[in-house]
This record gives sequence, structure tokens and C-alpha cells, in this order.
Amino acid sequence: MAAKPANVDDIPGTYPYDGKLAQKGYALNKMCYSFNDAANRTEFVRDEDAYCAKFGLSPAQRDAVRERNVLALLSAGGNVYYLAKLAGIFGLGVQDIGAQQTGVTLEAFKAKLKAAGN
Amino acid sequence: MARIVGGICSSHIPAIGNAIARGLQGDPYWQPFFNGYPPVREWLERVQPDVAIMVYNDHGLNFFLDKMPTFAIGAAPEYQNADEGWGLPTLPPYPGDPALSWHIIESLVNEEFDITSCQEMRVDHAFTVPIALLWPGTQRRVKTVPVAVNTVQHPLPTPNRCLKLGRALGRAIASYPEDLRVVVIGTGGLSHQLDGERAGFINKDFDLECLEKIVNDPQALTKYTIHDLVRLAGTQGVELIMWLVMRGALSARVRQVHRHYHIPVSNTAAGLLLLENAA
Repeated sequence: MAAKPANVDDIPGTYPYDGKLAQKGYALNKMCYSFNDAANRTEFVRDEDAYCAKFGLSPAQRDAVRERNVLALLSAGGNVYYLAKLAGIFGLGVQDIGAQQTGVTLEAFKAKLKAAGN
Repeated sequence: MARIVGGICSSHIPAIGNAIARGLQGDPYWQPFFNGYPPVREWLERVQPDVAIMVYNDHGLNFFLDKMPTFAIGAAPEYQNADEGWGLPTLPPYPGDPALSWHIIESLVNEEFDITSCQEMRVDHAFTVPIALLWPGTQRRVKTVPVAVNTVQHPLPTPNRCLKLGRALGRAIASYPEDLRVVVIGTGGLSHQLDGERAGFINKDFDLECLEKIVNDPQALTKYTIHDLVRLAGTQGVELIMWLVMRGALSARVRQVHRHYHIPVSNTAAGLLLLENAA
């Protein structure tokens, strides 16, 4: 059976992370992967511009990082597991980024999750 | 001979690790989740497995997108946990069983599964959180064999392939000459989605179907493609494939010893199953 392309865009608001995105986002994700090391997180906070330049981020990736905009980071090829390390630097957890991506308050996002159990 | 004494599936949400570190097990938000675990701990205390095969997915601690193995198996004397970047405390190392690891790797490759063997492997929350839930405090002595499945970068292995890997894993364990009690643990799930405008997606009906089918008819779940799982369970709900590896390692008929399901833990529907091979 031939493989169905993983990026078939038929699930609203959902972007399976495939080779196309992985190529596009490589530099951004490589920077985020470096944040496993506390010294690198400190260096990023000290001089964000220089740190992003070191990893060769594209202008779209640099803008998305500057704006802390998760949907823009995804669209620039960011993978959510690596982006979580960037978000952590700003003190944002997965529920914070969930609220941001869905355009609701953190309280409303949490309430929606709780309601899914009913 | 080595013998599989049972199989466990458990969610591995990082927030659980934080809740444990902060002693929040009795907190009203957390209690309904943690209440699911004592029966499994009592079972482990009684059965005393020597080895836990940990089928999990790495989230960017050990593997980066430069090299992304579909199936990777640890073959180290011990496995280090490390900083994942967002504040989970780093835990002490986990003992391995390199001789068993190599036996499994040899057996699986001989059965035409192309395995990446790892003599160094950092293990992340998907490995450490279930162990902390199942062997709380300092009492863990169980040896481990990490089996990492790619769920980060598509293409991911199909549900059918994962069930087959599990069956081959079961044969590998059964052919190991040393007398060992082995528990196979599949981590992750159930439905959740962290990214995109659909973040926060949870599908209780589908989770309940999976919990039932994993026990009685795992083959039925192989009708789903990875894309189906993304649609039905969310981008991260595809972690169900680790549960399928676990289930494949058990016998065709199993007995459900314990089951727990709770919504939500962080962004996730948390599931727990304990299975024993039926006589």
C-alpha cells in the first residue's frame, strides 16, 4: 500500500510534523534543542539576537521567536517538543501555549480540558 | 527462561513529574489521577519483576532531528536522566541489563526489524514519570531496557508495525535463557494535542474504545493509520502506538487486572492498564 502523505491538510488546526516541516524548521529546532543545557538558556536570555544569529534562523523564525508566537513558530517549521524548551525559558507551560494558540485565557483553556471529561 | 509477568500502559505527562516533586498527590486536582496507581504498585510489590522493558518516545532529550531512528533500543549498564529545558528535576540514573538488551536487539534484527542500538541513551520524562508512578520514592531496584519509538517526526511506524514489533519482542524475551521476571511497560497517551489551533483536543469516546480494544482485540486498532490516530486522538495521541508494542509482547489472550482513566492531567486524558497473560 502506498504511503499517504502525512501532511494531508484535512484536520483543522493540526499539522503533523513531516519531512517538509522538518527541513523548514531545522535551524529553529536545533536552537531549541540546545536549550536542554542551562548555560545555553542563560546565553539566549543575555543576548537573544546574537543567540538566534548563531543558529542562522530565518527572518520568519526570528520574528516568531521575538513575538513568542507559537502558531508562527509552528508555521516556521518549529516542532512542539523542541519549542517547549523555548517556551520554558519564558516560563510558559503547555497549557499557556494551548491558551495562546486557541486564543482564549488560561482559565478558559483549562475549563475546556476539564469539560472534555464530562 | 525469562518470563513476561505482565504488561502496563501508563501516561507519562511531565506535569505528573512536577506534582510528584512537589508532593501534590493529595491535592484535589491530582488525587483522582494518583488514586489509579496503588493497585498496580501492590501488584508490582507482589510480582517483583526483575526487569522493566520501557517502550516510550523521546521528546528531544536524547534524539534530535539530525538522526531520528524509528525504533531504538538501549544497551547500556545505566541510563541517565537529564535537564529537558523546562524545569523537571533531574532524577538519579536507572540500571540497565546490557546482556538482555543485546539479546533483544539480536532477536529483533533476526526477525527483520531494523533496530538502532544505543550504548548511551539519555531517558526523558516518558521513561522516568511512569517509573516514578509505579515505583515511588527510592524503592526502585528494577533493571530497565529502553525501547524508543519515533513519534516526533513523521513518517511514524504504523500501528500494525508496532503491534508486530511487540510480538517479536515477546518472542525475544521468551527465548532469553536467564530466569527473569519481565514486565513490559508502554508509556504515553491517551488523547491529547499540544500544537495548533486544535490544541487541547481530547476524545473520550475514542480513548475508551482504545482501552477496550487494547485488552481484547488489539488487531482491531491496526485498521487505523497514523493519520487516523492524529485525527481521532490528537497529534500527541499517536503515542497509542507504544501501548500497541506492549500489547503485542503479551499473549493473544490477556486478563485485565486493573484499569484507570482520568480527564484531564494538564492537556491530556490519562490512561492506565495492567494486564496479565491469560493461562
